[in-house]
Amino acid sequence: MSFLRSEFFYNYRRSTSAVIGSALMAGFAVAVIAGPFLVAQDPYDIAALNLMDSYKPPVWLEGGDPQFPLGTDGQGRDVWASILYGARISVFIGLVAMIASCTIGTFLGLVAGFYGGIVDSVIMRIADIQLSFPSILIALFLMSAVGTGIDKVLIALTAVGWVVYARTVRGSTLSEIKKEYVQAAKVAGLPNTAIIRKHVLPNVLTPLIVIATIQVGTFVLIEASLSFLGVGVPITQPSLGLLIKNGFDVLFSGLWWTSVFPGVAIMMLVFGINLFGDFLRDELNPRLK
Amino acid sequence: MLGYLLKRLFQMLLVLWVVSLVVFLMMSFTGDPVFMIVPIDATDSEIEQARRILGLDKSLPVQYWIFISSLLQGDFGQSYVFRQPAMALILERMPATIEMVVVAMVLAVVVAIPLGVYAGANPNGRLSRMIMAGSLLGISLPGFWVGMVLIYLFAVHWGIFPSSGRGDTAEVFGLRISLATWDGWHHIALPAITLSLGTMAILLRMTRAGMMEVARQDYMKFARAKGATRHDVLYKHGLKNALIPVVTIFGLQLGDLIAFATITETIFSWPGMGKLLIDSIYRADRPVIVVYLMLVALIFVVINFLVDIIYTLIDPRITLK
Amino acid sequence: MTTAPTDTTLLAVRDLRTWFHTFSGTVKAVNGVSFDIGKGEVMGLVGESGGGKSVVGFSILGLIDSPGRIMGGQILLDGEDLAQASEDRLRQIRGREISMVFQDPMTSLNPLHTVGQQMDEVLRLHTDLDAADRRTACIEMLESVGISRAADRLGAYPHQFSGGMRQRVVIAIAMLARPRLIIADEPTTALDVTIQSQILKLMRRQIADKGASMILITHDLAVVSEMADHITVLYCGKVVERGRTRDLIETPAHPYTRGLIDSIPDPANRHARLKQIPGTVPDIRNLPKGCNFRDRCPRAQALCAEEEPELRPQNAAQWAACHYPLMPGDSA
Repeated sequence: MSFLRSEFFYNYRRSTSAVIGSALMAGFAVAVIAGPFLVAQDPYDIAALNLMDSYKPPVWLEGGDPQFPLGTDGQGRDVWASILYGARISVFIGLVAMIASCTIGTFLGLVAGFYGGIVDSVIMRIADIQLSFPSILIALFLMSAVGTGIDKVLIALTAVGWVVYARTVRGSTLSEIKKEYVQAAKVAGLPNTAIIRKHVLPNVLTPLIVIATIQVGTFVLIEASLSFLGVGVPITQPSLGLLIKNGFDVLFSGLWWTSVFPGVAIMMLVFGINLFGDFLRDELNPRLK
Repeated sequence: MLGYLLKRLFQMLLVLWVVSLVVFLMMSFTGDPVFMIVPIDATDSEIEQARRILGLDKSLPVQYWIFISSLLQGDFGQSYVFRQPAMALILERMPATIEMVVVAMVLAVVVAIPLGVYAGANPNGRLSRMIMAGSLLGISLPGFWVGMVLIYLFAVHWGIFPSSGRGDTAEVFGLRISLATWDGWHHIALPAITLSLGTMAILLRMTRAGMMEVARQDYMKFARAKGATRHDVLYKHGLKNALIPVVTIFGLQLGDLIAFATITETIFSWPGMGKLLIDSIYRADRPVIVVYLMLVALIFVVINFLVDIIYTLIDPRITLK
Repeated sequence: MTTAPTDTTLLAVRDLRTWFHTFSGTVKAVNGVSFDIGKGEVMGLVGESGGGKSVVGFSILGLIDSPGRIMGGQILLDGEDLAQASEDRLRQIRGREISMVFQDPMTSLNPLHTVGQQMDEVLRLHTDLDAADRRTACIEMLESVGISRAADRLGAYPHQFSGGMRQRVVIAIAMLARPRLIIADEPTTALDVTIQSQILKLMRRQIADKGASMILITHDLAVVSEMADHITVLYCGKVVERGRTRDLIETPAHPYTRGLIDSIPDPANRHARLKQIPGTVPDIRNLPKGCNFRDRCPRAQALCAEEEPELRPQNAAQWAACHYPLMPGDSA
C-alpha cells in the first residue's frame, strides 16, 4: 500500500478540510448510488403518495411523523426521499456535464496549442468572448432558446464549461511542445496524433484535475439556478434546485422545510467538493504552497 | 493612447457583432415566435400574414440584415407582450437593477477587502481559518436559496423586512432611487445582501491570495528593513500590490452581479430588468430578450474597458497599448 | 575564542544561533557565529549559497520570520543587545542605525510607489524634518549616488530605472538616515559585470564619507578582497575562518577558504581551468558528527570524522576551525 504511505495521503490526513470535504463527497456518492434503497417511498410513484400526509413538518416539530424525518410536501411526498432522488439528478448532471466539458475543452485546447495558426485564433477568440460573459447568463440564454430538459441542461453546461479546459490545456501544450523530448519525437518522425497522445496529453492533464473537481460543484449550482428559474430540468425529474423552487411557492405559508432542506443538501454537496478541490489545488500546484 | 482607444473600440464592436450573430441564430433556430402573436384560433392565412409582417418569410441572411440594420438605426423592436418598444421597457427598469447591483458590490467590497487582508496577513490564525471556511461556504451556497431563507426568517417569521418589491423611491437627478428613502433601504437590504454573498466570498479569497503572494516579495522585507511598522508595511506597501489581481476580476464580478440579479430580482419581485428578462423568457417575448442581451453585452464590454483604465491608474508599469 | 568588545567596536555578534523549525527537521542556518565589526570597518561575510550568510544579516535586524527564530546568542550594537530588544526598539534601529541593501534591485523596490515616496518614508520614520527639507535631503542623496536630474527622478517609478540605477536608489535609501552600519546582501550579484564595480565603488565612497561600517555579504571572494578590511568565512552556519583580508587571501588556513580562493577567476591567466570545490554543501538538517567540510576536504583524516574542530587562533589576527590547518606555503 504505497499510496497510504505517500506524502499526498499524509497531507490529506493532516488536512481537516480535505477529510471533511471527501467525507461529504463520499456521503453523496452513497446517497446517489444507494438512495432508492434507503427510503421506503418512491417519491415519483403517484400510487405511493397519500394526500393525507401532505405538509407534515419535520419529525422534531409538533405534528411530525417518524415516517417522514424531514417532513412532506403538498402531495404527501417525503422530503428526505425527494432529496435522495433529487441529488441523483443533480450529481448526474454535474458529473456528465463536467466529463463532456473536459473532453471537448481538452480536445480543442490540444488542437489550438499544437497546430496554432488560424484554428488557434478562432478557438481562443471564442473562448475570450465567452469568458467575458457570466456562465449563468450564457446558460440562461441557451436554455431560454432550447427549452427545458436534462439533455438540454447538459448541452448548456458543456457550452459554458469547455472554455476553461481549452485555455489551460492550450497553455500547457504550448509550453510542453517546446520541450526537447517532444522536439525529439518530431524529429524521429512520430505522427502528430501519437506525439499528442503519448507525450503531450499525459503532461497537461494534472492541472485539469482541480478544475474538473471544482467544476462539478459549479455545475450543480448553475443547474440548480436554472431549474429554480424554471428553465432547467422538467417537473418530472426534479433536481435539488427544482425542489427548492417547488418549496418556494409555499414558503410564505410558513412551510419552510420543503425548500430549506434541499438547499442544505446542495450546500453540503458543493461545500464538500470545494473543500476537497482546495486541498487538491494546494497539493497539485506546489508553487502555491 | 489614441491607437489604443481605436483598437479597443474595434474589439468592442467585434464582440457586440458576434453577440448579435449568436443571439440572432439561436433565436431563429428555436421556436416560432409567430404563435406568440397570433390568436390560438388563427387560420393558416392569418399566420402567414403575421409571418410576413414579422419578416419571418424571408431568408436568414436577409432577416439578419433587417435585424442588424434596425438595431443600428435604434429600432430595437416591440415587445410581443407589452406592445411597447423593448428598449424603453428595459431602460425603465434598469435603474432598479443598477441600484441593487451597486449596493451589493459596495457591500461585498466593504466586507471582503478588510477580511481578506486580515486573513492574508495572518494566514495561520484561528480567525483567518474561520473567515476562509466562511468564504468557501459563501461560494458553495445557491444564492437563490439564501434569498429564500432570508425571506423566510426576516419577512415571514420575524416580519422585520419586507419580502418583495422596491418600496418608496425618491427622485434624485431625474432617477427614481430607493436609497433616498428609508422605506427604500428597508426593501433593498435583503436582495442586496443575497446578491452580494457570492461576490463577497470571491473578492475575499482573491484579496487573501494577493496578500499572501505579496507578503513574500522582497520589497515588503525591504520596507521593514527601513523601519516601517508591520501595519504600515502591510497596508501601505502590500495592499495596493495585492489588489491588482482583485481589480482584474472586478469587472467580471460586476458582470456576475448583473447576471445573478435576474435570479435575485425574481425571488424578491424586484422590478428590475433581470426580472423582466426572466418574465420575457417565460412568455417567449423574443424582442425583449434580444435587446436585454445586446444591452448587457454592451455594458460588459464597457465595464471591461473601464477596468483596463483603472488598472493603469493603480499599476504604473501597465501602459495602454 | 572571542575577545571582549572594545570602544572601537560597533557591532559584536556572540554565539548567534538562528534556527528554522521546518516540517522536515530543524535547519540550523546560523549556529554559533561570532564576529566583531569596528567603527568605519568593512567586514566581508563569505560562503557558498545556503551557508547562512543572509540569515546573519536578517538576524541582526530582527527580521527573521516564522518558522525561523533566534535561539540564542547576543547581537551587541554599542553594548545594546538587539537579540533581546523589543520590536519597537528594533524598528527605531532599522533604517536609522542599521540599514540593509538587498540583492535584487528589481524586487526590493515597491513597483507601485515612486522613488520619492520610498525615500521619503525613511525620513518620515526617523527624522522630524518637514516635507520640504525631506525633499531636499532626498534630492541630495540621489545626486550623491550618481543619479542625474534627481529632482525629476523623485516622481519616477522603479520600472523606469535600469537595474544599476535601481541599486543606486536602494543604496540611497539605505544611506539616507545616515546609519552607522550597512548590511549589503550580495549587492552586485544581480547586476551586469560592468555595473558591479561602479556600485562597489559607490558603496565604498558612501561609507567612507559618512564614517559608517559595513557587512558585505557575498559568495564572491574577489568582491570582498577589494572592499573589506576583515573577512569572516561561513560554512554550514558556522564560522570556519576569520582574519584580516590580506592575511586570509594570501595565507588561508582553512581548506574551505583555500577552495574559495582557488575558484576566483584569474584575470592574468584567462585560460587556466577554474578549480572548484568538489562535492556540495551537506544537508544542513542532519549534519554528521565531526567536521562539516570533511567530505569535500583534501586534507581530511580520521580525526575529522570524530571531532568537530574549534575556532582557534592561527596567528595574532587569524582564526580557523580546522584540525589540520594550512600553513603558509602549503598547497591545498
